[in-house]
Amino acid sequence: MENNFIKALAEIVGAEYTLSDPESLACYGYDSTPELQSRPGVVVLPKSTEEIAGVVALCNGAGVRVTPRGSGTNLSGGSISFDAGVILQTSRMNRILEIDEENLTATVETGVITSALHREVEAKGLFYPPDPGSMNISTMGGNVAENSGGLRGLKYGVTDDYVMGLKTVLANGDILKTGGKVVKDVAGYNLNQLLVSSEGTLGIFSEVTVKLIPKPQTKKTMLVHFPQLEQAALTVSHIIAARIIPATLEFLDRTTIKCVEDYAKVGLPLDVDAVLLIEVDGHPAQVEEDAAGIREICERHHCSFFQTAASPEEALKLATARRVALSALARVRPTTILEDATVPRSCIAPMVKLIQDTAKKYDLLIGTFGHAGDGNLHPTCLTDERNPDEIRRAHQAFGEIFEATIAMGGTITGEHGVGVAKKNYLPKLVGESGLRVMRGIKGAFDPRGILNPGKIF
Amino acid sequence: MDYVKLINCMRCGMCLPHCPTYKETFLETASPRGRVALVRKFQEGELVESEKFLEYVSLCLDCQACASACPCGVNAGELVAEFRCERKNEKGLSMMEDMVLRKLVPHPDRLEAATAPLRLYQKTGMQKVVRSLGLLKMFPEALGRMEGLLPKLPAAPLRQTISEVTPAVGQEKGTAGFFLGCVMSLIFSEASLATVTLLSALGYKVVTPKDQKCCGAPNMLGHDMEGLKDAARFNTDLFESHELDFVVTDCGGCGAELKKYGHHLDGEEGATSFSAKVRDISEVLAGEAGALKELLKPLPLKVTYHDPCHIAHCQGIRSQPRALINLIPGIDFRELPEADACCGSAGTYNIEKPEMSDRVLSRKVLNVQKTGADYLVTSNPGCLLQLKKALSEATPPVRVIHLTELLQMSMDA
Ligand SMILES: Cc1cc2nc3c(=O)[nH]c(=O)nc-3n(C[C@H](O)[C@H](O)[C@H](O)COP(=O)(O)OP(=O)(O)OC[C@H]3O[C@@H](n4cnc5c(N)ncnc54)[C@H](O)[C@@H]3O)c2cc1C
Ligand code: SF4
Ligand code: SF4
Repeated sequence: MENNFIKALAEIVGAEYTLSDPESLACYGYDSTPELQSRPGVVVLPKSTEEIAGVVALCNGAGVRVTPRGSGTNLSGGSISFDAGVILQTSRMNRILEIDEENLTATVETGVITSALHREVEAKGLFYPPDPGSMNISTMGGNVAENSGGLRGLKYGVTDDYVMGLKTVLANGDILKTGGKVVKDVAGYNLNQLLVSSEGTLGIFSEVTVKLIPKPQTKKTMLVHFPQLEQAALTVSHIIAARIIPATLEFLDRTTIKCVEDYAKVGLPLDVDAVLLIEVDGHPAQVEEDAAGIREICERHHCSFFQTAASPEEALKLATARRVALSALARVRPTTILEDATVPRSCIAPMVKLIQDTAKKYDLLIGTFGHAGDGNLHPTCLTDERNPDEIRRAHQAFGEIFEATIAMGGTITGEHGVGVAKKNYLPKLVGESGLRVMRGIKGAFDPRGILNPGKIF
Repeated sequence: MDYVKLINCMRCGMCLPHCPTYKETFLETASPRGRVALVRKFQEGELVESEKFLEYVSLCLDCQACASACPCGVNAGELVAEFRCERKNEKGLSMMEDMVLRKLVPHPDRLEAATAPLRLYQKTGMQKVVRSLGLLKMFPEALGRMEGLLPKLPAAPLRQTISEVTPAVGQEKGTAGFFLGCVMSLIFSEASLATVTLLSALGYKVVTPKDQKCCGAPNMLGHDMEGLKDAARFNTDLFESHELDFVVTDCGGCGAELKKYGHHLDGEEGATSFSAKVRDISEVLAGEAGALKELLKPLPLKVTYHDPCHIAHCQGIRSQPRALINLIPGIDFRELPEADACCGSAGTYNIEKPEMSDRVLSRKVLNVQKTGADYLVTSNPGCLLQLKKALSEATPPVRVIHLTELLQMSMDA
C-alpha cells in the first residue's frame, strides 16, 4: 500500500487509528471463518459517519477496495480483505444514541455490541429479541450486514424483522438515510430490506434504528430427552402444528450429547438420540397453557424424560447443555468447522440422519445442534487442520450435505452469510436470473466495485 | 511451546469482550485472539520479534479473563507468558533480574531486610516530607509510582512475629498449613493475622512453617522458569514434611501458583499431591459457613466485592467470597459491575505499563463508584495495593480491605 495513501487515511481517522505494521496486518487477516486468511494493506478505525465517508470517498477516488468489519466473528470470510485493501473496523463507533420509549425504537452506532443494547433496553422494560450466539461480541453493524438470527428467532424473527432505519455510507462517500421511526413506509423501493444482509457489498452502515417490543412478562424452560430422533423431529412439527410458538426450540444430537456430557457432566443420558430445549414466554396464563400443551405432545411422542424448571436458577441449569454445546464440541479436536445448513422444519429428521450417515461415510466426527424450530442446523465437524486428508474429506462431506439441503428445499446458510465460503453454492440456489439481478443491484450501488469485492457472488 | 495449544484457537472472538486491553483499545493486536495469532505467526515464521511485536505481547496483563471465556480451553494470557518465558530462557536473565529473582525474592530474610529501610522511612516521617515537598516528581517515574502505592507498613513482617503453631480454639477439627505470601506478610499482615484467627476460631490448628519461601510467582512474571521450579520444590518438601489436612493461603496469586506446582514440576508426585491440598481461604471458610455464621455479629456496611484475576480466572472461585460476605448479618452487599475485570495491578504491570494500567484502573474505580459501597472487599495483595491507593483518592473515598479483615470486623463487632 502506498505511503501517501496511508498518510491521507491517517489525516481522516488519526494516525493512532491507522495501522499498517506487519503485526496489525497479520491480526486483521482473519475472522472466525476456519482456514481462510489474507492480510489487508491497511486498517482504519473511524469514529464517526463523516470519517467513514471520508475514507470511502478516498478509496473510491483511488480505486482501492474497502472491507467493513465489526468484531470479525462472521463464519463466511466476509470481513477478510482478499486483495490487500482497506479494513474499516467500526468498533469505536459504540454509542447508543437514543432509546425512544414512546415510539419503541433504539438508534445506535453500528459498532455497538449486540448484548450491550440488550442490557440498556431491558433495563427500561423493553426487548430487542435477536440474540445470535455471538451476541456478547458481535456488532449491530455485523448483525445487520449478515441478517443474524438467534435462539429466539422462531417466535421473534431475525435482525431483518427489527431494522427500521439505516444510515449508510455509499461507495462514493455520499450518506444515504433509509427508513426511520415510522412503522408503515411504502415510499419507493424498500431499500432498508435490500441493505440488510448485503454483507458490506452495497454500503457501510454507520447508524441503525431498530424496533423494540415490550419485554415478555414471564417464561418457562423445559428439557426433554428422546430415545428416537424421528420422534423428536415429529414433536417439533406437532408443537408448531398445535399453534404453539415457543421462543426457543433447540436441538442436540447424539454426538453433541456425548461431548457435552464428557465436558460438563450435566447428567445427560448417553443412549438417547436427541435432546430438546424448549422455552415459552409471554403472559403467565398463556405460558402455563403452552407448557402443558408441549408436555402432552412430548409424552405422546415417547420422550424418556421431561423436566420443567421451577426457578430461574433451575432454568439456567436446564439450558446449560445447549449453552455449552459449542464449547464441548470445540474442545474435542484442534479444528472446529461450524456450518449452517437450513431445511424446512419437516425435513429435520432426514437431514440429521443424512449428516450422520455422511460423517460415517467420510470417517469424520460431526456433532449437530441448532435451532430445530426453524430448521437451522449447525453440523459441526471436529477435525485437525494439520491433517490435509481429513480436511479434504470434511469439505467433500459438507459438499454433499449442502447439495442435499438444496434438494430438500432448504438453504446453504440460514444465518452465517455467503461471504466467500459459500460463494460456489449460490448459483445453484438462486439461479442465473437471481445472480443477474444481484449483480445489477451491486453495479447500481457500487459502480467501481470497491465495497467488499469478491463476497457473495 | 506446544503448537497444538495455539491452533486450538478457533478465532471465535468470545474472549474479546472480556479482555481489558481490547475493551480499552478495540485493537485486534491487543486482544486474546490477536495475541494467540501473533505467537502462532511468530512460530510459523510469518512474523519476527520486532519492537512492535514485543510491545503488543507485553501489553497483555496475564489476567486470564480470556481463559474463563474461551470455549476451546485456550488460555491466551498463559500462552503469552509462556512464550515470553521461552524467549527469556534463550536470552538469559539480565543482571538486575538475576539479583532480584534469584538472590532476593527466594530469601525471606533478605527480602525483609530490603524492605526495612522503607519501614524506617515511613516511621520517621520522612515519607510525609517527601510526599508534601513533591520530591516524588524527582524520582524516576517507576520508582515514584512504586512509592506512591505503598500503604502504611506493619511494625514487623508477620513471618517474624507469628508463632509456628497456633492452636485451635475448642475441639480441634484438623490441621491447616498456612502459606504466608511475601506481600501479605510484609504489608498486609493484619489480614493474614485475621486469616489465622478465623481458622483457629473454627477449630483448626494452624501451622505456619517459618522457612517457607516466596511461591515463585515473581519468577513466573520475570519469565524465570528455573527460579520458579526451585521455589516449587522447596515449598513442596517443606509443607509435605508436616502432617497437614490442607494448605491454605489468603493470597490469590500464591494460591494460583501453588495449585500449579504439580504442572510446573511436570507432574512430580509430591508436587501434585501438594497442589491438590492447596485451598484459598474463601474455599475453606465457605465449607464452614454454618459454624462461621455463629461467630459473626451485625455489621451495617455497604460492601462490594472485586474478583481478583488470580482467584476468579485462575482458580475459578467466584461464589464463595460473595456467600461469605452475605453471611454477615445486616450487611448490604452490592454486586460490582464487571466485578471480575482486572484492576490493572497485574504483578508489576502497573509499574511497567503505567498508561494502560491507569486506563484499566479508572474503569474499575468508576464501576466501584456506581455501587455506592463504603467498602470494597477483595483478596489479593496486588489488588489491595492498587485499589487502596486509587479509592482513597476517589470522592467519596472507599475503604479497601481483605475478605478476612471484613469477617474479623464482624466477629469483633
Ligand atoms: C461462536 C459463534 C456463534 C455465532 N452464532 C451466531 C448465531 O447464533 N446467529 C448468527 O446469525 N450468527 C452467528 N455467528 C456469526 C456472526 O457472529 C454474525 O454473523 C455476526 O453478526 C457478525 O458480527 P461482527 O460484528 O463480528 O461482524 P463481522 O464478522 O466483522 O462482519 C460480518 C460481515 O458484515 C460486514 N459488516 C460489518 N460491519 C458492517 C457495517 N457497519 N456496514 C456494512 N457491513 C458491515 C462485514 O464486511 C462482513 O461481511 C456466530 C459466530 C460465532 C463465532
Ligand atoms: S482464544 Fe478462545 S475465545 Fe478467544 S478466539 Fe481463540 S478460541 Fe475463541
Ligand atoms: S490475559 Fe487478560 S489482558 Fe491478556 S489477553 Fe487474556 S484477557 Fe487480555
